[in-house]
Amino acid sequence: MTARRVAFSAALVVALTVCVAFLTVPVVAIFVSSSPGDLLDGLRDPSARDALRLSLICTSIATGIIVLVGTPAAWLLATRRFRGRALVTTLVELPLVLPPAVAGIGLLAAFGPKGLVGGALGDLGLQPVLTTAGVVVALVFVAAPFYLRQAQSAFEAIDRDWLDASRTLGAGELRTWLLIAIPVARGGLVTGLALAWGRALGEFGATLMFAGSFRGVTQTVPLAIYERFASDFDGALALSAVLVALSAAVLLTVKLLGSGSPGGSENGREQRRGPGNGLGAGVGR
Amino acid sequence: MLRPLPRRALLLSTVALAVLPLAACGDDDRGGGSARPDVTIKVSAAASLKKALEGYQGHFAAATVAFSFAGSDELAAQIEQGVRPDVFAAANTKLPDALHAKGLVGRPVRFATNRLVVAVPAEGGDVRSFADLGRDGVSLAIGSPTVPVGAYTRTVLGRLSAARRKAIEGNVRSQEPDVAGVVGKLTQGAVDAGFVYRSDVRAAGGRLREIAIPDALQPAVTYGVAVVAGAPHRGQAQAFVDGLVGPDGQAALRAAGLGPKP
Repeated sequence: MTARRVAFSAALVVALTVCVAFLTVPVVAIFVSSSPGDLLDGLRDPSARDALRLSLICTSIATGIIVLVGTPAAWLLATRRFRGRALVTTLVELPLVLPPAVAGIGLLAAFGPKGLVGGALGDLGLQPVLTTAGVVVALVFVAAPFYLRQAQSAFEAIDRDWLDASRTLGAGELRTWLLIAIPVARGGLVTGLALAWGRALGEFGATLMFAGSFRGVTQTVPLAIYERFASDFDGALALSAVLVALSAAVLLTVKLLGSGSPGGSENGREQRRGPGNGLGAGVGR
Repeated sequence: MLRPLPRRALLLSTVALAVLPLAACGDDDRGGGSARPDVTIKVSAAASLKKALEGYQGHFAAATVAFSFAGSDELAAQIEQGVRPDVFAAANTKLPDALHAKGLVGRPVRFATNRLVVAVPAEGGDVRSFADLGRDGVSLAIGSPTVPVGAYTRTVLGRLSAARRKAIEGNVRSQEPDVAGVVGKLTQGAVDAGFVYRSDVRAAGGRLREIAIPDALQPAVTYGVAVVAGAPHRGQAQAFVDGLVGPDGQAALRAAGLGPKP
């Protein structure tokens, strides 16, 4: 063991320690600053419960839509060669790197009352601005790429031989997809779902700009936290703690679920995709 | 196939982690002591002051000014959490007075007034008078209860009969964290009308039209400004505040549609 190698290892440890400290201190601070009593008080507040209920409903609907439409879309991207495939992949990943304010402006410009297609939506009585549906629209927009990316990677990581074997044995495309591809890729799909759900749960900027903030209708937990920040910092901390706990629980569940599935293996995915393949799943917000 | 980490590496990294912050602190101390000729002061100001203060900035020579515009309540909460801008300018007197009572800012100065108005899109729209606000199908955006514009709006509504107040409250579709949010919802056509300041209608440059709120309902909208206790650039901050109540500041406020100091 040369001194240089020890120094390099030490540098790596320093880097990791700095990362872990920086990334955990704010989360720890939330729990240190709010006692369990504060937390319960925060939850007893009816407006906090309204926000939690709305957040859970909207994120569930949004992730449901994302999984239903995104799974077949990701399968196509993962298994078919077609002209413009790289462009399509880039386009669906673009919202990952958009600032939430840009997402909000974009949604208004598209679906707002004065937007590209918003006028037509209004004529049909489907104007989503300032409605709960608008919250779901904003959540789907910002969260879908997280799922699509992960699902595409998971499908790409499936060993072709399994699919070929399935077809050789007489199963059709649909059957192979449903009975082989999805179960095999389930770890990756669940990871993508959790990432999308977490992103949706934390969505703030696009929701505020596109859907506004109204208790019980469009005020999700992040908006409620922001509203409390000025007047009731302890209440804001308590709600934040609830959000952290929820997100951590989901992340943990996914880690446990995903560890047993080949499709969910991070290593397999990265080997297949290679280092030059664009953004990491966590780059966007 | 993870490789073991050599024990000596752990030891070395521990030493490095202990020494690095100390070195960083040392640098900091040296940098803080040197006097720089052109200073930048940070001004936390109510969103409704954006146009006025950016106009005043052109006449203020003592320092470069970096603004942080947001709801006055958010800015006050930041100061309570230990953020130290040089100047705090709020759309009411309550917030700076409260911070002064806690010793967080110097004595507040009342430097401007404003009028609460109902803003509607310049063209089209169903809302033509204050009485229209409670009609069925009208959608409204107002400030959240903690931001001054939202508090003033509630003062106005509180002076109405219970029936009229309920009708208007029932039409509210969004409670925005600052007045800029209300203006945004209006200019995007997301709502038919909103409660904003007269200066916001002026700043919207023809996109919005003002419907006056009857005098009997009008709240007293007074702006307070103070130098923050422990401001990094006290002298320049005081000059900024003094200038605001002087001719240059008052002219900039007037140009932006605000009223003079009370």
